[in-house]
Amino acid sequence: MTQQGVRWTPDQVLALAPDAASRRAGGRLATAGPWSEVGSSDEGTVWGLCQGSGGKPYQTVVDIADVSGPAYKCGCPSHQFPCKHALGLLLLWAGGDGAVPEGEPPHWVEQWVSGRRARVKEGTTAGPPGSAARSGDPAAALRRAAQRAERVTAGATELEQRLSDLLRGGLAEAEQAGYALWEETAARMVDAQAPGLAARVRELGSIPSSGPDWPVRLLEECALLHLLDQGWLRRERLPDELAATVRTRVGLPSTADGPPVRDHWLVLAQYDTADARLTTRRIWLYGTETDRTALLLSYGAAGRAPELTLPVGLSLDAELSAYPGGGRQRAALGKQFAPPAPAEMRPRGVTTSQAVARYGTALRADPWLESVPVTLAGVVPVPDGDVWQLADAVGDTALPITPAVGNRPGLWRLVALSGGAPVKVFGECGHRGFTPLTAWPDGPGRAVPLH
Amino acid sequence: MTRTPETATPDTPVQTPVPRPWEELVTAALLGTDRRTPRGCEPGPRAPAALLDAAAAQTVRRRAGLRPAPAARRAEPAPEDPRPPLPTAAAHRLTTLLTDRPGPAGGGRRGTAPDLMELLPQWLAAANARGFAAPPQTIPALLDAARGRTDLRPAALTFAGPRALWLARLNPDWRFALRSTPGGGTALSGPDAAERIRRLWEEGLFAERVALLASLRARDPAAGRALLTSTWATERAEDRLMFLDSLRTGLEPADEPFLEQALSDRSRNVRAAAAELLSALPESALAARMAARAATCVSLDRALDPPAIAVEAPHECDAAMERDGVTLKPPSGRGERSWWFGQLVEAAPLGTWPARLGGRTPEEIVALPVADDWQSDLLAAWCRAAVRQRNGAWARALLGAPTAPEAGGPGAVSLAERAKLLGTLRAAERAEWVAGFIATHGLSEAFQLLGMCAVPWAPPLGRAVVDALNIARDAGSYPWSFSGVMGLAERCLDPSEAGRLDGLLAIPDEPQDASPGAGGYWAEAFQRLVTTLRLRAAMAEELGAV
Repeated sequence: MTQQGVRWTPDQVLALAPDAASRRAGGRLATAGPWSEVGSSDEGTVWGLCQGSGGKPYQTVVDIADVSGPAYKCGCPSHQFPCKHALGLLLLWAGGDGAVPEGEPPHWVEQWVSGRRARVKEGTTAGPPGSAARSGDPAAALRRAAQRAERVTAGATELEQRLSDLLRGGLAEAEQAGYALWEETAARMVDAQAPGLAARVRELGSIPSSGPDWPVRLLEECALLHLLDQGWLRRERLPDELAATVRTRVGLPSTADGPPVRDHWLVLAQYDTADARLTTRRIWLYGTETDRTALLLSYGAAGRAPELTLPVGLSLDAELSAYPGGGRQRAALGKQFAPPAPAEMRPRGVTTSQAVARYGTALRADPWLESVPVTLAGVVPVPDGDVWQLADAVGDTALPITPAVGNRPGLWRLVALSGGAPVKVFGECGHRGFTPLTAWPDGPGRAVPLH
Repeated sequence: MTRTPETATPDTPVQTPVPRPWEELVTAALLGTDRRTPRGCEPGPRAPAALLDAAAAQTVRRRAGLRPAPAARRAEPAPEDPRPPLPTAAAHRLTTLLTDRPGPAGGGRRGTAPDLMELLPQWLAAANARGFAAPPQTIPALLDAARGRTDLRPAALTFAGPRALWLARLNPDWRFALRSTPGGGTALSGPDAAERIRRLWEEGLFAERVALLASLRARDPAAGRALLTSTWATERAEDRLMFLDSLRTGLEPADEPFLEQALSDRSRNVRAAAAELLSALPESALAARMAARAATCVSLDRALDPPAIAVEAPHECDAAMERDGVTLKPPSGRGERSWWFGQLVEAAPLGTWPARLGGRTPEEIVALPVADDWQSDLLAAWCRAAVRQRNGAWARALLGAPTAPEAGGPGAVSLAERAKLLGTLRAAERAEWVAGFIATHGLSEAFQLLGMCAVPWAPPLGRAVVDALNIARDAGSYPWSFSGVMGLAERCLDPSEAGRLDGLLAIPDEPQDASPGAGGYWAEAFQRLVTTLRLRAAMAEELGAV
């Protein structure tokens, strides 16, 4: 495989940036001026020296062929990851106007790449991630698991009591009690080692201030939390898959134990959500042969981008293994057979009615599911008062677009791409509506990320 | 999405008793089970759990039973954009340029990296010159960029094309596009164009009407005038003023009868605007009247040696003068006679003067001495006249030789005045004049003049600027004293000049009296200049412009 074949587009490079400021800074460095001794190799390495404000130029190298997404190294002191120099270098390379010639990597590049790849290899031959985490005495591991289950049970029982108290006094009182009540309960659930319960409880605290119809939403969420508690307390009597779903929802760790499925996985969407503690990255993949959609999750400490990065529009020949429960949607990325490469493929699409039906069906395996990944085949964005809809190109049905908090630019890109004509849209379809993530024009053209 | 009919219409009788209506559960939950329990749920300690059980079943049931909503009425699709799509590399470049939006932290040293946002205007101009269509998904970013920068609007909107206007009708943030687009987004051609124009003119919003008139006027001045006269009598005064202003485009002698009539308008501002337009038509009756008035004020006193111009300013401003646009009241601090005099000379055709002053050329006329301190008034009025009437011969005479001491000729009233005079000359002549000016006077006053020159700069001008920058560096000052000119050079210097700059990239030995570190900063600034020029060359190549 030659470099030309896997050269990325600037859009895909910019998707690596941790924030808008580094996108800007990277863009500014994407010119030949500050760079010297740049080059790229067949094996997917790009390197160069960047003249910064100081005396000695920074050595920057990116390994885009790494199995877990691009890896970077730069001599600059930046905390950003990737730093602006790595982004600028990749943009220069993606520009493809001969600014980054192919060549033999210099010694310092060779050293880093081979060292890194050797480490990665060791890591992968040691078995699937997670399984080796707690080795040692199996009996001790079982004992630890039993202790944790006891704590969770105590937490779930306590939570049931709190929910009962709440319903006895009425939700109207909860509005006055405010956020502190829930924060304290959430902290109790953290103590009980049930982070899934803790997150849901915290969520409850924000509902009373979430606008009209909050009592409906609060009752829904309380009821689903009650359902989860009850599911946990009676997990022995549940079918295996549902029990696994309950365990995952409560927040117990699990390992991707599904059989590895090899396919050409198309990257449909990648987006980050962040809270005070953690940045969560979701990557949706579509198996072009299996017609399956899978979710990769990766995490970074607050303010840092998670390490796994797969820009939209790339395809990877790789194996995925599903996690148990939750309709087997979440997967772990296993062996990769080739570096990610741009692909023109598109996922198969459905109508709006089929999309909501798919969500309804998925609730059977996981009643706590907020949404399912769906590609709508031919839909037109239509304004409907304050909100927007995606209306079927043929027929008279539509899905409301989730009120886009903070993602107006994405919505407008979608509207602009469509121009009133049908487009193919991938997104998440759930009880709140449809959240568009990626769109393809009616005619030929690349995927346009909307998030 | 809609809920299943059972819950969507709670007033219909419920057939199955088992799933209790959702609303009843919500009411009970809101009040608390101590006060209220839903039907079929015993009060007591088990009541909350029973309520939650029922609510959980209902919630999942409601979610599982969701159906799509009925589709709202669809808008007209965006009109087709027949232009060819951008080449791939150019589309990527556009993405990069649009990403480089000015950040909140604007400060800081610029380093050697180019300022991408500053290159967007010329990228757009080149793309428009080649007639490419914008990738649809970039249009929102283009509109946002144009929203923040009015100077970008014409080019950005042309490039964004018909789909941008279609979008602008959907997003109030982009309303400006409907106002400022030539053509107002309405196709002014086609079989029933006349009818559509008529209707838009009669029923459109003010902004749409201004845009319509402006674009029609640009294509067919007579048709624009006809459209305006058709409703002139019924327009409001502010609107009449704006509409009159759009006649500036394509002003022609045939406009005179209409403008002459507007001199009797009820609104003083409309009258003044009409008079100004008429005075820009040297053949008009108003111009002749002004010429006659001005000529009585200026004469050649041959008794003096050398002969000099004598000025006798008007003693009054009569009603006829006022009707022809002369403003009666001077601004404070200005004598009324000199105020009236200036307005007469400004509005009189410049062709009046050679005949009046002994057959002299403009050069000879401006070189004549002027008696009694009237010189500055007279020259300033001639400058304004040369700009208004776009008279190159007079502008040239008033500018004088660029190499003249005191930075300029007789008309060098101010830098701004000089820049305006330059604007009346052809591009090549303008560049040559500014090059001469810089070679003599350096860069310190050149910024405004450089802004008047066509991009890319003609070779002599480019060379003059680079030489002057080189001299400034050797003089030991810091480059940021010239940051304005540097920025212009990055945007305007011909990219083919980049090769000539290579010698300037090295850090020179510091001369003794230089500012400390200046050499390094200059090398950095020149590096940015060269990088930007290379980038511009790459941009042009990606767009297929050779």
